[in-house]
Amino acid sequence: MKKLASAPYIIWMAIFIIVPLIMVAYFAFTTADGAYTIDNIVKTGEYIPIFVKSIALAAIATAICLVIAYPLAYILANMRTSTQSTMLMIIILPMWINLLLKTYAWQTLLGNNGLINNVLGLIGLGPYKLLNTQGAVILGMVYDLLPFMILPLYTVMAKMDRSILEAAEDLGCSKLQSILKVIVPLSVPGIVSGITMVFIPAISTFIISRMLGGSSNLLIGDLIEMQFLGNSYNPNLGAGISLVLMIIVLVVMAVISLIDSSDKEDDDGIGGARI
Amino acid sequence: MKRHLSFITAAAVFSAALTLTGCGGTADETIVQNPDTEYYSQLKDEGITLNFANWGDYISDGTDGYPDVLSEFERLTGITVNCTTFATNEDLYAKMKAGAADYDIIIPSDYMISKMISEDMLEKLDTADIPNIGNTDPKYLNREFDPENEYSVPYFWGVTGIVYNKDLVNEEDFGWDILWNEKYADQILMFDNPRDAFAVAENMLGYSMNTEDPDELQAAADLLTKQKPLVQAYVMDEIFNKMSAGEAALAPYYAGDAIMLMRDYDFLGFKVIDSGANTFLDSMCIPKGAPNKKAAEMFINYLLEPEVAYANSDYVGYSTPNRKAYEMVSDEVKNNGISYFTDDYLETHTETFKALSPDAEKLMSDLWTKIRSGS
Repeated sequence: MKKLASAPYIIWMAIFIIVPLIMVAYFAFTTADGAYTIDNIVKTGEYIPIFVKSIALAAIATAICLVIAYPLAYILANMRTSTQSTMLMIIILPMWINLLLKTYAWQTLLGNNGLINNVLGLIGLGPYKLLNTQGAVILGMVYDLLPFMILPLYTVMAKMDRSILEAAEDLGCSKLQSILKVIVPLSVPGIVSGITMVFIPAISTFIISRMLGGSSNLLIGDLIEMQFLGNSYNPNLGAGISLVLMIIVLVVMAVISLIDSSDKEDDDGIGGARI
Repeated sequence: MKRHLSFITAAAVFSAALTLTGCGGTADETIVQNPDTEYYSQLKDEGITLNFANWGDYISDGTDGYPDVLSEFERLTGITVNCTTFATNEDLYAKMKAGAADYDIIIPSDYMISKMISEDMLEKLDTADIPNIGNTDPKYLNREFDPENEYSVPYFWGVTGIVYNKDLVNEEDFGWDILWNEKYADQILMFDNPRDAFAVAENMLGYSMNTEDPDELQAAADLLTKQKPLVQAYVMDEIFNKMSAGEAALAPYYAGDAIMLMRDYDFLGFKVIDSGANTFLDSMCIPKGAPNKKAAEMFINYLLEPEVAYANSDYVGYSTPNRKAYEMVSDEVKNNGISYFTDDYLETHTETFKALSPDAEKLMSDLWTKIRSGS
């Protein structure tokens, strides 16, 4: 019965995930004529600075998302239920708008003659170079991906057993101690899935960097896009870069899940939360 | 002018646009005065939909009160036209190579047409089904990229040059090297496709825009790398927004689009660079295996109707290769110094792209990836 229920997904996965992955791997190790080569992977080495930059920007954006989302999720989880659903609605609202449109809006806000510089100009400041900078790319990532950090954190915190917190306070924990020693450890699963859901789209984005990054903030996603759809048609190299990117993402996910599982072991040892 | 709208107006228009069908408006004015109704009604009851891959803003579709040639074609023939757009020739090529596109009509440029012919990607046209082919000025026919015009019929032509903001650029006598002038650092936009970008650098270095010499290509790439710190962004049609909003001072682009921009924004100008510009000829082609070849030929024939060719040229700003449409063009446009030139000028001051050899093309792609990805 269980097998039967999972059949639709297994078929889906085979056709739309496994087969494409095999094709990516095939393209990555062949030339345009179909002969075996390692060139595409070796050539990826030329783009190490782009990889480093993509990872760095995605990591910064993920960190900012976490810092903003964590307290917000906590506050949210402690609100009245009716307020919670209203607030959630507001958080999800930007997700209804197409990513392209949202990013385009930032273009008009951040430009030299954009809204922000115009307002600053009224009080005699600027114009500042806001658009076409790394900062603009990070801002775009944070803006587009923040809900993906808030939602898993909120879900974990809303389910947290209040009595554990009360116990911590009864046993003499200060407010700060109970946050650090109870809430944070218990919310690790939310942190992990939040990071995963923000970091992975951020590292592979191409439209945000293209629209907000200007001439010198090409990211790994742009590089791949150029090979497939854009102006240096070379799907084999594109597949090679994609494969390397996939491996990097896998490693990052493995490290993150290691943190998650080591934490669980701790939990098992002490029992529930570490107080 | 859909692309020039501010974000807020765009959002407001968006909902209105949802109610429209096909590519554009629903105006039902008559454009072709005496259409050959017998010819155009051949496929009337077959419920055909044509997939038309076109450049952005490259047909008069009823925007801004201009005639809507697509809806007239639909009324005349019962064939629905479904428009998609592409930004560069390379973009179109990649979409077709990926096999995901089932276009019936495409409008690539000269060099891409010869590449597509050599890769057997185009269908031979049946000229008996395109009676209006005779409206094309013979000087645009039988070009090197398609010597017998077996695969393509000219749609528009034009030259490249520099769009500039008159408020920010206080000089009028400049060449391509102004795009390397540090005075305009961070106010320069650059072509986001290798062929056009390399052409600029190659012309500055005194090379042919069709050079295949690896050293010359490398030198051009070095020049483009040198320019990079001054470039605000590499863009294609985004120049419409960026130039009209005054975000940038200089942008090399195509004459027709510049005319469209200058129509709405007085502070923009366009300069054809005398040292050498690219003349391009964009032509209508039918991809291999297109599902509705006959209907596609009918559409090509319709676009060759003088009134239609004129309406399109009037709206998009590009120069028409249709001699009957050219007769309708006003003297003001004929003499604006941007749209039409003497044959002698074109011969001596401009160059047409040819398809590069696969090796040279691969080298150019690789160099382009390096330029764009270098820090």
